[in-house]
Amino acid sequence: MYWNEEAECMGKEEKEKLQLERLQKTVKHAYENVEFYRKRFDEIGLKPEDIKTLKDIEKIPFTTKSDLREAYPLGLLAVPREEIVEVHASSGTTGKPTVTAYTQNDLDIWGECIARGLKMTGAEQDYIIQNAYGYGLFTGGFGIHHGGNKMGAITIPISAGNTQRQLDTMVDFQSDILTCTPSYAMYLGESREKAGIPLEDINLKTGIHGAEMWTDEMRKRIEASLGIKTYNIYGLTEVMGPGVAQECGEQNGMHIQDDQFYPEIINSETGETLDYGEKGELVLTSLTKTGMPILRFRTKDLTSLIGEKCECGRTTVRMTRITGRSDDMLKIKGVMVFPSQIEKALLKVSGISPNYMIHVTRPNILDEVEVKVEASKELFSDEMKEMEKVEKQIQASIRSEIGIRVDVTLCEPESLPRSEGKAVRVIDERNL
Amino acid sequence: MTVKQISVFIENKEGRIKKAIDTLAKQNINIRALSIADTTKYGILRLIVSDNQKAIESLEEDGFIVKENDVIIVAVPDEPNGLNSTLAIFDEKGINLEYLYAFVSSKTDEAIVVMRLENMEKAISVLENSDAKILDSDYIKEI
Repeated sequence: MYWNEEAECMGKEEKEKLQLERLQKTVKHAYENVEFYRKRFDEIGLKPEDIKTLKDIEKIPFTTKSDLREAYPLGLLAVPREEIVEVHASSGTTGKPTVTAYTQNDLDIWGECIARGLKMTGAEQDYIIQNAYGYGLFTGGFGIHHGGNKMGAITIPISAGNTQRQLDTMVDFQSDILTCTPSYAMYLGESREKAGIPLEDINLKTGIHGAEMWTDEMRKRIEASLGIKTYNIYGLTEVMGPGVAQECGEQNGMHIQDDQFYPEIINSETGETLDYGEKGELVLTSLTKTGMPILRFRTKDLTSLIGEKCECGRTTVRMTRITGRSDDMLKIKGVMVFPSQIEKALLKVSGISPNYMIHVTRPNILDEVEVKVEASKELFSDEMKEMEKVEKQIQASIRSEIGIRVDVTLCEPESLPRSEGKAVRVIDERNL
Repeated sequence: MTVKQISVFIENKEGRIKKAIDTLAKQNINIRALSIADTTKYGILRLIVSDNQKAIESLEEDGFIVKENDVIIVAVPDEPNGLNSTLAIFDEKGINLEYLYAFVSSKTDEAIVVMRLENMEKAISVLENSDAKILDSDYIKEI
């Protein structure tokens, strides 16, 4: 029932003692080996020895995504290069990508976290995992893979895409677990129905889905269309990848592997630490990673923590479903998009920065994006051909900036909604 | 010899064309000819008016995007094959038509055709060397 009962069901006192020990070790390791952290500590006169209690973690300055970006690619290594065995990176859509480097120890930790999650879904060694997360720099594919290996299950590295092959594999191999993004799971479910493959012909029991926000509505559709029970998984490249937290069978919050990652919730405006139950921004500190330890990373994800022991018996702290972001980032089709990127793309086309609005919907399974741009003399022509060309240029420019296709609509000046004088940049109607 | 046409960006939204026409009416501007090109999302209103300067100023003041550009206006016999003979001139020289609209006036028995071509300079020179009747802005004002 548990992959690691000792760690997952540890008593509060014992857990805190372990966390403090590991935190002190990580802080010392980071301070001594990473110039970035040393400078940050020295600036405020903080020494690793000052971390005497878990509460003292609040003295440590936050690390942000832009800190990681500035250290691109391997500026935050805490070990000699020869100890690094793998790297992953987030999509570099907002500039330089953020890179995470792993030692063998770190990959083992990653595998351990995923294995705990697999076990939460009831997986056993003889299970076949159909891993339809993308393999590559993205952490999804390899993360699950390492966990499957750790458990000793059979992992099919089918990666994302090629729907026919996914369906064939489900039927031929009788896969037990499907791992992929929720939107792809939904697509596979609908494809199965369309292809007329009866549920009896597949053997899927569970699905582990994450990397994008999803609703209960989606969960019900996935569960019905594939005949499975689904589990929400959470993680981020900057900290490790998927597996930082995952739901158990209770489906009541995601268990954070808090012997490996120390969670805090902060008020994203003031930076002040909030209590369990209060909603705020999740901040994570790695407790065991050695290649690239990360201290107080601001995830920008809004959630709250649950401290009580779960019905499943695990004592690990749980996080509730992510309800939004403390910045203006949007996740569209699994890709991170910032409104500022749209602005940049528009500037490239016209040399001016017209007013615009991003309208995101999910009419069926997949996200659709319409970018409305207020036309101007520079963008207007009396010839339809030219107007279409302008729209196509804007579309291409946005695509090269954010990597996804959007619909572009020109509209009249001053016609886009404004609120208190400020333009409304995003209308998200996906009900996430 | 070209005539200045104005074009207005019209979002595909209730009442927008009327608003543009209203603006012109209030300024006492006479519309000689007009056409609308449209897609599902927006349209382009093209106008030949009595006073371009005034029209542009008043439309822009009301928040419209307006552009002025050259078109060729010819008079063709108001009878079968009337337009065809003019188009044949361009066809022969391989000059593509961007758009065209036509109207009739009570003051003449000819049909008046407004055209925008891909290569305006070349279009004018071939027209001038044909027996087509090109109209200038003074003539348009008289209609």
